[in-house]
Amino acid sequence: MAKSTQLETRRPAAVERPPAVQTGLLGWLHQNLFSSWFNSFLTVVAILFLAKVVPPLVNWFVVNAIWTAADPAACKEASGACWAMIHEKYRLILFGRYPYEQQWRPLLGILVLAAVIGVSCNRNFWKPWLADAWIGGLVVWFVLMWGGVFGLPFVPNNLWGGLPLTLILTVIGLAVAFPVSILLALGRRSQMPVIRVISVGYIELIRGVPLISLLFMASFMLPLFLPTGASIDEVLRAQVAIIMFSAAYLAEAIRGGLQAIPNGQYEAAHALGLTYWQTQRKIILPQAIKIAIPSIVNIFIGLFKDTSLVAIVSLTDLLLSMRQAIADPLWRRFFMEGYIFIALIYFCVCFFMSKYSQYLEAQFDTSRSR
Amino acid sequence: MSESAPNGNRPMVQLIGVHKWFGPFHVLKNIDLQVDKGERIVICGPSGSGKSTMIRCINRLEEHQQGHIIVDGVELTNDLKNIDTVRREVGMVFQHFNLFPHLTVLENCTLAPVWVRGMPKKDADAAAMQYLERVHIPEQANKYPGQLSGGQQQRVAIARSLCMQPNIMLFDEPTSALDPEMISEVLDVMIDLAETGMTMLCVTHEMGFARKVADRVLFMDEGEIIEMNEPEAFFNHPQSERTKLFLSQILSH
Amino acid sequence: MTAPTASVSPPVKSGGALWRNQLFRSFLYQVTALVILIAAGAYLISNTFANLEERSIRTGFEFLDREAGFRIGESVIPYRAADSYRRAYIVGVLNTLRVSALGIGLATLIGVLVGIARLSPNWLVVKLASVYVEAVRNVPLLLQLFFWYTVITGVLPAVRQALSFKLLPGVFLSKSGLMFPTPVSHPIHPYMAGALGVGIILAGLYTRWAKRQQDSTGQTPQRLLPCIGLFLGPVLLVWLIGGAPMAMDVPTLMRFTYKGGSSITPEFLALLTGLTTYTAAFIAETVRGGIQAVPWGQTEAAAALGLRRGTALRLVILPQALRIIIPPTTSQYLNLTKNSSLAVAIGYPDLVSITNTSLNQTGQAIECISIMMGIYLTISLSISAVMNMYNRYVALVER
Repeated sequence: MAKSTQLETRRPAAVERPPAVQTGLLGWLHQNLFSSWFNSFLTVVAILFLAKVVPPLVNWFVVNAIWTAADPAACKEASGACWAMIHEKYRLILFGRYPYEQQWRPLLGILVLAAVIGVSCNRNFWKPWLADAWIGGLVVWFVLMWGGVFGLPFVPNNLWGGLPLTLILTVIGLAVAFPVSILLALGRRSQMPVIRVISVGYIELIRGVPLISLLFMASFMLPLFLPTGASIDEVLRAQVAIIMFSAAYLAEAIRGGLQAIPNGQYEAAHALGLTYWQTQRKIILPQAIKIAIPSIVNIFIGLFKDTSLVAIVSLTDLLLSMRQAIADPLWRRFFMEGYIFIALIYFCVCFFMSKYSQYLEAQFDTSRSR
Repeated sequence: MSESAPNGNRPMVQLIGVHKWFGPFHVLKNIDLQVDKGERIVICGPSGSGKSTMIRCINRLEEHQQGHIIVDGVELTNDLKNIDTVRREVGMVFQHFNLFPHLTVLENCTLAPVWVRGMPKKDADAAAMQYLERVHIPEQANKYPGQLSGGQQQRVAIARSLCMQPNIMLFDEPTSALDPEMISEVLDVMIDLAETGMTMLCVTHEMGFARKVADRVLFMDEGEIIEMNEPEAFFNHPQSERTKLFLSQILSH
Repeated sequence: MTAPTASVSPPVKSGGALWRNQLFRSFLYQVTALVILIAAGAYLISNTFANLEERSIRTGFEFLDREAGFRIGESVIPYRAADSYRRAYIVGVLNTLRVSALGIGLATLIGVLVGIARLSPNWLVVKLASVYVEAVRNVPLLLQLFFWYTVITGVLPAVRQALSFKLLPGVFLSKSGLMFPTPVSHPIHPYMAGALGVGIILAGLYTRWAKRQQDSTGQTPQRLLPCIGLFLGPVLLVWLIGGAPMAMDVPTLMRFTYKGGSSITPEFLALLTGLTTYTAAFIAETVRGGIQAVPWGQTEAAAALGLRRGTALRLVILPQALRIIIPPTTSQYLNLTKNSSLAVAIGYPDLVSITNTSLNQTGQAIECISIMMGIYLTISLSISAVMNMYNRYVALVER
């Protein structure tokens, strides 16, 4: 091919199709499973492993499983899972010792809270009235759970259990901790040494110890702090511990949001003559909290899982109520089904919340890049 | 697969019937190009035209699916040995510099000579200092990339590639990420380099540079080479409608 | 990279009404905060003393010298029920550290492998790794611990029908835990330990020599194999000199149970398995995130310079990835250590478990819980301090 210094123009090339190995199913297989010798080896090993593991699992879970049976004997004979046990016990697992006929109340309460949470997930609804919606939702919840008004019979705290308890411990934990954590985050960045020391001290203390030690502290020490003769409900003790715990972690999340605010925002606010609190309330905090929301969602997920620890201080949360349900001598051997059932519940909540958190993070990234 | 003749006449870079697809998207269509030793080629075109992809195929940062690419007599295939040989002879300067932030400027430059060419450290250091002087920043040798301005970083990137003593230099929009006042310091270095007889393929929007330095200017659009000519003819008498449109858009600034 | 400074407080204005003066107000706020804190503290403390008085609970830390009176299931140091509470606490701390250290090591190993697997070009491998990570991360750890404990104590066979493994002779798994053979004590062993130290020094010296060779001549002498050889060589030599003792104390089935060898309890096994699988999933995510956070341009620049994949990985990608990976991984290590506190739920005698027993026996909740929290705080703060030092040391130098 002679070198050409003359003008060269080309006719547009005809549209050609890529080589067959590139496209379609064959192309996908080639690229993703068999792109090299090592990869092909891994694929074969993986397929062998799946072939060995999946069919017995499917058999156990679905094919040979017993879905309903009044009598554990039927389950004992079968080789599959005994979902009949769940069918028998699910109300005990989900609602604990809440009176049987009144269990529609915690169910409704859960739905109300779920609705409020669902609404909060939609960015279009991030307006001031959302706070009122939350307060309204929580009031409805407590009315439903406690009763005593509107003709609903009263149900004391110690009968609350299962999923409602797990949910409310998480929600109240975050809701009450939230304003405290804002103060802590601001305090940690404050110029005043005393305030800063108190904030840092609190945050590092709480974050340095396991949640179980806080639960112990609340369980055993809180009654001692009250005036003689006063007593504090066991659920409330755990709730206080959870609030203290989440306040520290939320404070760190919000601090991360505060750190991302450029100095120019503070300068502009001061140039306009706003005071410290006005600046924080109107300019800084709305932005900081928005940035911190993915972290806050992650804290929610973590907290939802961590409430299972109240089982150790004998509060009948979802985990403990399941363990109590499978302690029944008739159904005891089917403990695996019980674990799987609540594992699925936890998994669904946490997995979808984490997908939501990833979605939020992606949203914020694109909205911030100019 | 080289055609013949003694070294002097062998083209440095040959692309013969090169096609590339990203999935179903045909990104390079039947590219034919030949670059001789010491030639300076400037490639321009709208974004998405495949110009970066084309030069990245030359040092195998991208793989072509059809056709042949031959660099200084070595054909680029899946053979790792060939790829290594080609990469040693071809230097590349990126739009975003891609300096190694955890190494000093000097270490950035000596990394490849030491680990790829097996040069003793002292020699590598001396050679690196020479190239840093050529790009006019020998005093920054012990600084880290994070401490330098964009223009300085890009000049270090050029020195880093030169330390491998390549026969061909590829430039992928080297000044597009720079603030305006730093563009000229980088272009000056590139012009110096051109005057030493280096074979260069440069993707850029800097038409002044093209006029001054290029032997040929290429216009690419939608994966094809639309027009190729000497700078005078290219800028003053563009033949294709698409070229004319592109030039009117870019030269109106 | 943005690192905005702390919030700017408005400039101090001098003069004007006292209560508007910024300095005065800041002083006032702090004094108020202190007063509130102290007042609240005093209130709580007085209540506490009143309550303790009422329930006839002693205060003070003398109880630490008293006899504990309870047995502990497993211990690193010798312990009898007649030992003091102080010794019981030490046993608890050692148990916590034991399971945490092992957990951290295993979790790192598995986490790194799974993290790399998630980056594999092989779709099946990525999906399998993802299923593991998502399944483990979204279920509470306590639930997983109960699961492992129930499986080990419920599903595994009784000791006399313990599971054995063809590839691992002498290892037996049963309801009573894991049994494995240990070498019989031999006089040459201390010398072997010394030889190991010598091996480390030799390998270090060789590495320095190899680097100097490369600097001066440009040729890279072989590094990996000679290093391994120098590391293991002296140990093997000493072992041969000592007559190559191979005697192992293997667990053997006697009439009712196995004797010999060493074992770990089902509680420890369950806790270790649960903690490791849980933390490994999180570490896998930080490893994956760290490697993905290194800009793709770095890989390209290294390739364009002709660096081979292995060298580029070692010199360019990993140093940058590690800077990103290590801080969150260290916080996972901290989480693992704190999560080991769940041991109390499955009966492994860790610090929390000992605290629980002690406070139930002595009634001195405040002292016991304070000791426990103090110990955890010390561990956390030490790990954080080390991590902060490391971070400052490797921080990328910027303007």
